[in-house]
Amino acid sequence: MKRLLYELSESWKIAAAQMRSNLTRSTLTALGVIIGIIAVTLMGTAVNGISIGFDKSMAVLGDDVLYVTQWPWKPVDDWWNYRDRKKIKTEYAETLNRMIAATPNSNLIIAVPTSNLMRSVKYGGNQVDNVFVLGTTSDFTVTSTIECTAGRFFNDLESRGGANVVMIGYDVADALFPSDSPLDKSVLINGQLFKVVGVNKRQGTFLGLFSWDSMVALPLAAFNKYFSAKTESDVRVKVKDKTRLGDAKDELIGLMRRVRGLPPEKKDDFSINEQQAFKSTLDPVKNSIAIAGLFITGLSLFVGAIGIMNITFVSVKERTKEIGTRKALGARRRTILLQFLIESTALCLFGGFIGLVFAYLMCFGIGQAFPSFPIHFSVGLVIVSMIVSVLTGLFSGFAPAWTASRLDPVTALRYE
Amino acid sequence: MSPNHTRPSGPIVIDIENITKEYVMGEEVVRALRGVTLQIRRNEYIAIMGPSGSGKSTLMNMLGCLDTPSSGRYEFNGKNVAEMDDDELAAVRNREIGFVFQTFNLLPRSTSLRNVELPLIYAGIEPERRMERAMQVLRDVGLGDRVHHKPNELSGGQRQRVAIARALVNGPSIILADEPTGNLDSKTGEEIMELFEHLYRRGNTIILVTHERDIAAHARRTVHLRDGIIEMDHAGFIPEIDVPIEATPVRSR
Repeated sequence: MKRLLYELSESWKIAAAQMRSNLTRSTLTALGVIIGIIAVTLMGTAVNGISIGFDKSMAVLGDDVLYVTQWPWKPVDDWWNYRDRKKIKTEYAETLNRMIAATPNSNLIIAVPTSNLMRSVKYGGNQVDNVFVLGTTSDFTVTSTIECTAGRFFNDLESRGGANVVMIGYDVADALFPSDSPLDKSVLINGQLFKVVGVNKRQGTFLGLFSWDSMVALPLAAFNKYFSAKTESDVRVKVKDKTRLGDAKDELIGLMRRVRGLPPEKKDDFSINEQQAFKSTLDPVKNSIAIAGLFITGLSLFVGAIGIMNITFVSVKERTKEIGTRKALGARRRTILLQFLIESTALCLFGGFIGLVFAYLMCFGIGQAFPSFPIHFSVGLVIVSMIVSVLTGLFSGFAPAWTASRLDPVTALRYE
Repeated sequence: MSPNHTRPSGPIVIDIENITKEYVMGEEVVRALRGVTLQIRRNEYIAIMGPSGSGKSTLMNMLGCLDTPSSGRYEFNGKNVAEMDDDELAAVRNREIGFVFQTFNLLPRSTSLRNVELPLIYAGIEPERRMERAMQVLRDVGLGDRVHHKPNELSGGQRQRVAIARALVNGPSIILADEPTGNLDSKTGEEIMELFEHLYRRGNTIILVTHERDIAAHARRTVHLRDGIIEMDHAGFIPEIDVPIEATPVRSR
């Protein structure tokens, strides 16, 4: 055991000396690993970023909210079965709320109606097109967490009275009011003036997924008054206990069937959705991006590994006589095997470390230049890339080290 | 056996009986050793001589446990070497045999001290004792002031002294020197031979492999090999160089 320890420390010393004396060669060889690790690490940060972006977008939906919609949130093959379903009406929310109130021990807390459509929002000479205009009630703050950088969400009074007030998203505010505060200014939507009462906190957008940043919210009563065009409506229902989402879902299905007056033999003509359903359709996408990305960048690391393997073979060949001498002095096969494995591993670790430093700097630079780009550097990533470096070293060093350990001492000593 | 000399009476270190070694070189089978029997006792100073192709190198590899015989018996300190696996052979080489090579075979980027320490590392000796022992042996060979020099900062004679220190450091049963003066000028060669003489007097067992008669002349016993068998095995050195070896064949077997 002690002997192994001495052999290991000896091998590290040899590896370091070897790298020092062949600095150019070592650096060039390590370059392959450096590039490989940069590629893999950057892809890792991107995959990380994508994952975080997905989750952030998902969080908007809330994990304790059920969505009553016409269409399910998953791809369907029999779209014709859904097309002719009756639309979801915002009035259902009131009916549902009465039912919830009448149900003892209900798993549901509150139903909130929402309607939406896309419109332009103008202020002065500035205009933002394709803004997601949401009509809802003040209860919306129960189902979704609303954080305002300035002002507030519209209150119960404004909600019931259908006041011309609006809360705007961060990007909308930024575009319309580049320099001054939007609060108490009136913006023009669909020819109507709405007073800004609040600005939502910046959330960030990701891959065009839904974000609060490019939306505005106004009272449903006002929405219905001014926007007669075709709107999409749904009802969100907040659940009491998200660990019992299934029960809540069953309960809501029952309530909705009563709202719709469906006889028992008829199928549901509405869909109840939750964040999870959306997630499970997006997760495979996320995973394929991750797998494809890491595979392709992994190839560059593989090329780096072949470089290391090659140079280790050269090193074994060059030092055949030295191997013979070491064997004559009592080095066992294991000793020689370890020595060359450690040499290739040291080279990979060296390359991996430098690659990681570069990757970190690049991440930092990208983060500064394009704040919206999803990139996320983490300690986990550092550990993983170091482990990957070591594995690469072991992988690429094994064949040459094995060859070296099997050399016949007589032949090796005679080698010139 | 040659009757006209007295052998040292110490315990037998090397006991070889009728060993053979065959190589396959391409299509041909080369019989490098055709049945060699040899006993070497502790504190002998023996020279193995022979022209190239005589099986001298093969016998040396065999004695040094770098190779195992095709047939025959080889006991080293009473242990059967022919049946040892690679790691056991490595252990014997590490502890029982001190190699001195013609080309010194020092690690070029390591200091004298680190070179001498190497067998101790393989023996699993802890760092402090390693250093202490290596320093002591280096002083013994007269290099106490060169311990931190690298081989390229030393003369040929000094390099060979480092190599001899490395061979001695584990306190081996035999020192196996293969043409130890082959890469040195004759004056330096003489100095190295003096060192061997000194080591012999201090009780070491020395096996010299050489084709140079005046180097072999330092040994107390000479073994002549030819065509894979021992042709002569006699005490001392026969100075009349011109006598053809065939004229007085003393077969060991």
